[in-house]
Amino acid sequence: MRELTRLALEKAQLAGASYADIRIIKSKEETINVRRGNVQAVNSSESHGFGIRVLYDGAWGFASSAKVDADSVLRIAEQAVQIAKASALVKREEVELSPAPSVQGYYATKVKQDPFAVKLEDKISLLLEADRRLQLDDSIRVTTAGMKSFFEHKVFANTEGSYVVQDLTHCGAGMSAVAAEHGQVEKRSYPGQFGGDYAAQGYEFIEELDLPSQAERVAQEAKALLTAPSCPPGKQTIILEGSQLALQIHESCGHPIELDRVMGEEAGYAGTSFLTPEKLGKFQYGSNIVNITADATIPGALGTFGWDDEGVAAQRTPIVRDGVFVGYLSSRQHAHKLGLTSSGAMRAISWNKIPLVRMTNVNLEPGDWTLEEIIKDTKAGLYLDLNKSFSIDDLRLNFQFGTEVAWEIKDGEIGRMLKNPVYTGITPEFWQSCDAISGKGKGEWKVWGIPNCGKGEPGQPCWVGHGAAPARFRNVRMV
Amino acid sequence: MLGKERALAICHEALNLSAADQTEVCLQINDIHLSRYANNSIHQNILEANISLRVKAVIGQKIGMASTNQLDSAAIAATVARAYEIARLQAPNPEFKSLPAPQPISAVPSFYEATASITPEAKALAVGVITDLAAQNGLWAAGAYSTSVGETAIVNSLGLAAYQPVTSASLTAVLMGDGCSGYAARTSRDINKIDPAAVAEEAVNTCLLNRNQLSLEPGKYTVILKSYAAAEMLSYLGRLGFSAMNYQDGQSFVSGKLGEQVLGPNITIWDDATNPAGMPTAFDAEGVPKQRLLLVENGIARAVAYDTISAGKEPGKVSTGHAPRGMTNNLFLAPGNSSLTEMITSTERGLLVTRFHYVRTMSPLPVLITGMTRDGLFLIEDGEIKGAVKNLRFNQSVVEALNKVRMIGNTPSTHGAATCPPLKIEGFTFTGQATH
Repeated sequence: MRELTRLALEKAQLAGASYADIRIIKSKEETINVRRGNVQAVNSSESHGFGIRVLYDGAWGFASSAKVDADSVLRIAEQAVQIAKASALVKREEVELSPAPSVQGYYATKVKQDPFAVKLEDKISLLLEADRRLQLDDSIRVTTAGMKSFFEHKVFANTEGSYVVQDLTHCGAGMSAVAAEHGQVEKRSYPGQFGGDYAAQGYEFIEELDLPSQAERVAQEAKALLTAPSCPPGKQTIILEGSQLALQIHESCGHPIELDRVMGEEAGYAGTSFLTPEKLGKFQYGSNIVNITADATIPGALGTFGWDDEGVAAQRTPIVRDGVFVGYLSSRQHAHKLGLTSSGAMRAISWNKIPLVRMTNVNLEPGDWTLEEIIKDTKAGLYLDLNKSFSIDDLRLNFQFGTEVAWEIKDGEIGRMLKNPVYTGITPEFWQSCDAISGKGKGEWKVWGIPNCGKGEPGQPCWVGHGAAPARFRNVRMV
Repeated sequence: MLGKERALAICHEALNLSAADQTEVCLQINDIHLSRYANNSIHQNILEANISLRVKAVIGQKIGMASTNQLDSAAIAATVARAYEIARLQAPNPEFKSLPAPQPISAVPSFYEATASITPEAKALAVGVITDLAAQNGLWAAGAYSTSVGETAIVNSLGLAAYQPVTSASLTAVLMGDGCSGYAARTSRDINKIDPAAVAEEAVNTCLLNRNQLSLEPGKYTVILKSYAAAEMLSYLGRLGFSAMNYQDGQSFVSGKLGEQVLGPNITIWDDATNPAGMPTAFDAEGVPKQRLLLVENGIARAVAYDTISAGKEPGKVSTGHAPRGMTNNLFLAPGNSSLTEMITSTERGLLVTRFHYVRTMSPLPVLITGMTRDGLFLIEDGEIKGAVKNLRFNQSVVEALNKVRMIGNTPSTHGAATCPPLKIEGFTFTGQATH
């Protein structure tokens, strides 16, 4: 591999590139999906290839190939430079990179049990058992259970002398039951939205989720939602459970702190950000108990790695401190424009994609309450569980989230189930209304893995994490 | 490009190695050339190479799938063996009956040499047309000019052999100024049908019209949806409502209602991947030929879309050429005879919507969706555009909306999975307000 990276980088420089990097990646993925008692399919895919990114005349070019040999590397390096020359035809300013140390090293996800080494029959059997227990009665019309395992061997090298190798493993699983009767459809899932929960761990993570043990509850709750009263509109106190809070962080904090988005580079697609640079260090993002960090070093979390795809080491970056907005997720290029160094968040999902500024693990730090204390302290409110729908505007301000279920809270106690809860708000107003964060209790704070964070064109569904424990928000508008 | 002969030969090499009862091999190659621009500069310019050789092995009713992006004989053999081994180890799927038998496939205009051969320099100059006009008007432009060239070959052990080359081109432009934005987009298999100057002019004009936005309270409004917004709404109806899988699960708005009036009598919808006006494709992901499928006729539900799995679950049904999962990616809503101007002049009070943003499903049965308006929302009073309005959030059932269509435009255009004219709809529900 070293020889191929040397050839690529030399060729790019010979063709005029002022900077070049190459990623050579070999990956494999296995997906198993069960639906209504039947294994729909087991899909195993393998991919091998490389991508070369170059700076020529202050403009970027990128080209990729699945053919990993010396001839292809030389050809693609040349092609990347040609593409960069075309970029330079429409440019306003030169791209410059913030300094980063030259790095050498190896990183691997800590895995107790390689998910690819587990017998396929055992994995199928686990999902079929969970699916079987979801099939409560005829009111349950659709049941699904699935798991995904991913591994990549990645070599990164650049013209500044960096050369790092990483072996990254991810896996996760989840299930859901859909109840339908009399023109109504209701769904419950476990353990999280978007196909479950994921982590940078081995199969031990899937075993710990223990899908079968939760299946009957999930199905019963889906059925019960059919006859549950609708959640009423109006201003409410709400408590968000961890996985819904993770998505709230994702959409209203994670995306708006991506510095390439802030600088307008996603304006043509999903939009920009209200967290513009003049707000850095000054803007009251949330109440003074809100502390958010981006941390790519948490063992086992989905957004954890050794180095990003510019060879910048994984790090922990304060984003919101005591409610004040203080930091961005950034790359070398974008950090340079603010006179900063990269926060190590530049990631691509495969060899044929360019790296973008992506979330790592963006976490709401634990508070000094237990969930039990928050509920007891709530005279009237709603406990909202698991995402059902989500939407946010192109500045990441006006959001609306629906959850699978709400439980009414009266005089400090959880009461009846309500269906179709939907809440809406404006991001800073919402976070400034946060008056209690749990995490003191054992197991309340955990990192939720989201395996499909969307960004870029063509789309790059990325693996990211969000640490969260249930938290309370006041005066939230239920739709 | 491998070409038909070589692509099918690779597929047959895999097919001949398979010991499964039935085998399907699909080879897809797609090179994406994308120039993204923002702040009046190209900031991302890429060649994304995609190759996938997928083998589906069937033993009885047990299905295993494996794929690789390497096309040498060793990788092909290993992938075939992996698919077989997965099938052998897995549980039967009683819903599976058979892979599709071969049927005649008519060629469609899916490939244009001009699209395949455009250079990064030519695309950069086209982007320059947009950024120059933006700069002349004191605006900032962002968007993407994407072309792709690829080929798909599918063979199966029942004798099916299908091949088609495919190109596509797409140009989007978001124009932004101080407190205003505008949008325009074009997509086609043929890059010669995309005029960057027209895209630039439309987006700039919308942006300039979108200045001095006033705030409007959420509520029910008559809306005129431009094709961008109408097509997105229609694609949600297709995704949630016309798949046989959702229909069979009782999760479609037409479940149990075929032959009944489900939409307004002025609404006729069909799916047709063979129509050159959309994004033509000759066959689906199983090699079954595409066809025109009438879904809603004068508001009456007529059909849903099947792949072989869903067709096998109902007696007498066959695939309609909509694998995977009954997806309708080439929807058409029958145009009417109204111009956009006539729609505006006939509106006493309403909103003109350029496009939607971040649309998501809230409830599948009524196709209840939420999202924001974006890049141009305008108040119409007494038949005239009175001014720009800050964006609003909507929560709206598409089924309900398509029962309240009062005028249908005569200028359909293709966006994403749907070709749709502008629509004038009564009582569209807005529930929230943006700050911009």
